[in-house]
Parts: sequence; C-alpha cells; structure tokens
Amino acid sequence: MKLVTAIIKPFKLDDVREALSDIGVQGITVTEVKGFGRQKGHTELYRGAEYVVDFLPKVKLEIGIDDGLLEQVIEAITKSASTGKIGDGKIFVCELEQAIRIRTAETGVEAL
Amino acid sequence: MKKTSSGREVRAGRRTWTWAVIAMLAPVLALAQEEVPTLNAGDTAWMLTSTALVLMMTIPGLALFYGGMVRSKNVLSVCMQCFAIACMVSVLWTVYGYSLAFDTTGMEAGVLNAQSFFGGFDKAFFAGLTTDSLVAAIPESVFACFQLTFAIITTALIVGAFAERMKFSAMLLFTGLWFTFCYAPVAHMVWSGDGALMWDWGVLDFAGGTVVHINAGIAGLIAAIMLGKRNGYPATAMPPNNMAYTMVGASLLWVGWFGFNAGSAVAANGSAGMAMLVTQIATATAALGWMFSEWLSHGKPSVLGIASGAVSGLVAITPASGFVGPAGALVIGAVAGVVCFLASTKIKRALGYDDSLDVFGVHCVGGIVGAILTGAFAFPSLGGVWSPGEGATIASQLWIQTKGVLFTLVYTGILTAVILKIVDAMVGLRVVEEDEVQGLDIALHDERGYSL
Repeated sequence: MKLVTAIIKPFKLDDVREALSDIGVQGITVTEVKGFGRQKGHTELYRGAEYVVDFLPKVKLEIGIDDGLLEQVIEAITKSASTGKIGDGKIFVCELEQAIRIRTAETGVEAL
Repeated sequence: MKKTSSGREVRAGRRTWTWAVIAMLAPVLALAQEEVPTLNAGDTAWMLTSTALVLMMTIPGLALFYGGMVRSKNVLSVCMQCFAIACMVSVLWTVYGYSLAFDTTGMEAGVLNAQSFFGGFDKAFFAGLTTDSLVAAIPESVFACFQLTFAIITTALIVGAFAERMKFSAMLLFTGLWFTFCYAPVAHMVWSGDGALMWDWGVLDFAGGTVVHINAGIAGLIAAIMLGKRNGYPATAMPPNNMAYTMVGASLLWVGWFGFNAGSAVAANGSAGMAMLVTQIATATAALGWMFSEWLSHGKPSVLGIASGAVSGLVAITPASGFVGPAGALVIGAVAGVVCFLASTKIKRALGYDDSLDVFGVHCVGGIVGAILTGAFAFPSLGGVWSPGEGATIASQLWIQTKGVLFTLVYTGILTAVILKIVDAMVGLRVVEEDEVQGLDIALHDERGYSL
C-alpha cells in the first residue's frame, strides 16, 4: 500500500477530489497548510508598515491506496491540480505499512 | 450655569426665546421677572441619546477598532482595557472626577487662581445633584453622565499606544492617575467656564480637540516611548488579526461621534445640527484624503487606511464642530486626512517609536490640525458660524488656539511621564518578555480570544 501526500493550491481542491473519485479513490484527508517552494510570497500593507508574507496557503491531501492504483492517482492529481503557473504544488509517495478500519477492525487493502 | 465653550452664544439665544415666550404670555402668566432655568424636553432627549452614543464609541467602538488591529493573541487584552477603563473612570468620576472638572466655586472671569486649573470637591459624590438640578436646559445628571463618557473615551484612547505590552495592573494605576491629574484638569481649564485658564484665553474647543485628542495623543506618545517598542518591532510582521472588526469599530466611532460633536451643543438646536453636518463632511473628506494618499504612495488603497482616515477627520473636526461651516469642514477634513496619513506612516517610521495603534499620529496630530484650523475657519469670512468678540481677528484667534495646543502638550506631556515613572516604580509598566511573546490574553487573563 502507498500513502500519497499532495500539496496543492486551495482552489484546486474540488477538481482534484472529483478526479480521484472518478478513478475509484474512496477516502481523502484534507488539511489546510502554509508553505512555500519557489513561489514568492506577497506584500501586505498596514498603515505604512509593509510585510512580506512568505508562507502561502495551500491544501494538503493524504490518500491511502493500493499499489496498483498509484500511477492513476498520480496522473489524476497532476492533471487536475495543475494550472501551469508556479506554485502548483508537489506529490510525495511513501510506503504505507498498515491500514486499519476502526469500526470493523479490517486490515490491509480491505481497510482502504 | 452653562458649561460649554459655546456657552455665551447659546445662552443669548435661549434668553431671547424665553423672553419672547414670556412676553407673549404676559397677560396670562403671573409676573415673571427673572429667567428661571427650565428643563427643555427636546434638549434633554437629545442629550440622553448623545450620552449613549458616546459610551458606545468606547464600548464596543474603540474596543473593536483597536482589537482588530492587534495580533490575535492580544485581542482580549484590548477589550479588557477598554471595558475596565469605562468602569473605573465611571467610579472615579462619581467620587471626585466630575467635581475636579466642573466645580466652579471660587472662579471668576479673568481671575487666575488655583481654580483656574482644577475644580474643588464641592461636587464630590455628586453632592447637591438631584433629579431637579439643571445645567442649561437639561438635568445635571444627564450633563454629568455625558461628560463622563468623554472622560472614558479619552483615557481609553491611550490604550492604543501601549497595546500588546503593558501590564494590566500598571494600566489601571496609570489610567486612574492620568484621569485625575491630566484629564480632569484640562477639561476644567478648557470647559468649566469663566475663570478657567484656557476658557479665559478664549480657546475654541467645541467637543474636545484639546481636552480629548491632543490630551490623549501626547500621553500616548510619551507612553509609547517610555514603555519601549514591542518585542521584535519593526522587523517582525505584526499584521492586524481582524480588519473586519476594525472597520466595524471605525463605523461605530463615526456614528457615535454625532453624539460626541452634536451633543456638545448641549441642546437640540441648529448648532447641534450644523455640528452633525460638518462632522459628516470632514470625516468623509479625511477618509478619502488618507485613501488617495495611500493609493498614490503605496499603489493600493486599503481598508485600514480609509478607516484611519475617517477617524482622523472625526478627530480634527471635533474642536471645530460648533464653529465652522461646511466649507471649513471640507478643508479641515482634507488636511487632516493627508497630514495624519503622513504622521502615522512615514514620520512614525522615520522617528522609530512604536505607537502601536497610532494614538499620536491620528489623535494628537489630528487634534492639533483641527484646533489650529478652528481658529481660522470659525470666522464668518471663512464660512464659519461663530460670532467673534470685538477685536478678534483670524491671526489673534490662531495664536490663542496655538497657545492652548502648546500648553496642553507641555502640561500633559510632562505629567504623563511623571505618572508613568511612579507606576513603573510601584508595579512595573511592562510585562516580561515571555508573557509578551505568549500573548497578553493567556498571560494576563487566562483567556483565548478565538477558539477556532
């Protein structure tokens, strides 16, 4: 099993969610995060005091999937989250050692 | 018994009407030789309303205006300070404050004595004030309460200068002492009537440009300097936590200010009406002045800018509100908006002090702009509605206004520094660094402003 973590632009969340549903992903966890990569921040002005805000709001998705689905998931996220402009985000893939459904105690791929 | 700086003028008007009524009813009335002050229901209703409006300016107006501008970890500390000040000043006003400000025993026009600077204790605990006592044509209880709301907001304004770093105990002590030695005496000197220092000078201050704004403003500057800069200022970003609050607060201030300025006519009459009109004009003009200045200077107009501009206009029109006409209001607003913008942004940054919420830049500078320009625009030749005395010229009045400004700056500036030194020795002014970093809400009040 794999744990796929994707950092995307917040307004792309709905598109990504739809794309993942279309390929059969049944669960996602979403967190609001801040971050930066190569995208520069913006300035804010308050009574003559200018601040450079480096951290930009992003959305993080975490998805547990079966190994077989990995390529499709990566393609779905990449296509739906992309705007072509700097700051589109990143996808990280980790090995997922175990998954358990709390209600039924199912483990492994059945729990995803 | 009139206690407003426009007293003489309004009293003359009232006497004329009273005599007209008596003359018309002479065949019917018993012999009426002397004018007996009587209660005017219209005036009273308006002053009751004004009092509520001015209290609203502090709670929640100022609490929201300032509260939205500090960081989220300090939002409650600002609310607490404003609310606690409203409570404490109310009590002190009752015990001795009203007396110190408005007792006129021993005062005589043109005579300089101790009572020229502060009142006695004849009105302590509102002695002699009954349901029937009158000031002008309104109950004295209403007058006293109205003036109380002015004392409250003046002391609450200073909070902006030392926000995010002052100990609550120190703030209470400071406020109590400052109210006693700076607010009440200056209010007395400008407003208590014949024999008062600045009243006798002829200073025009309709609703408190000097008494409230220059007074609080200079105290704010001294406090900001003596407390020192906030931890991390100016390199660390300290953006406002809730600009929507600030905008709501500024709006409440604007609406409430009608009570502040138009209520200072102590009557529901043409003077109050004109005061309301010029207040609206100056405020709107100043808001635009600041907004356009910022747009030109930074490239984008901001909500904080337009709201601050509006407040600067409100401040500047305060001393002028009963004396100037619409034309004067336009000029005063325009000048205040631009000058206060510069004072709160470029000049503040250049001089380096941390006046967190621009008490000096908006209130002191705006008050000075308004106080001085009142000296010119009060004259009918410049659209004013004031009746200058014999021999009064724009030049002479400008000098009188300047004297009032300078006296207040020096008097309150020095006393504020002394009071802060005393409070520092007693309890220490500033919170420890750890508390400042954690945030005053948790550190001083064990509370969280937002549970999101």
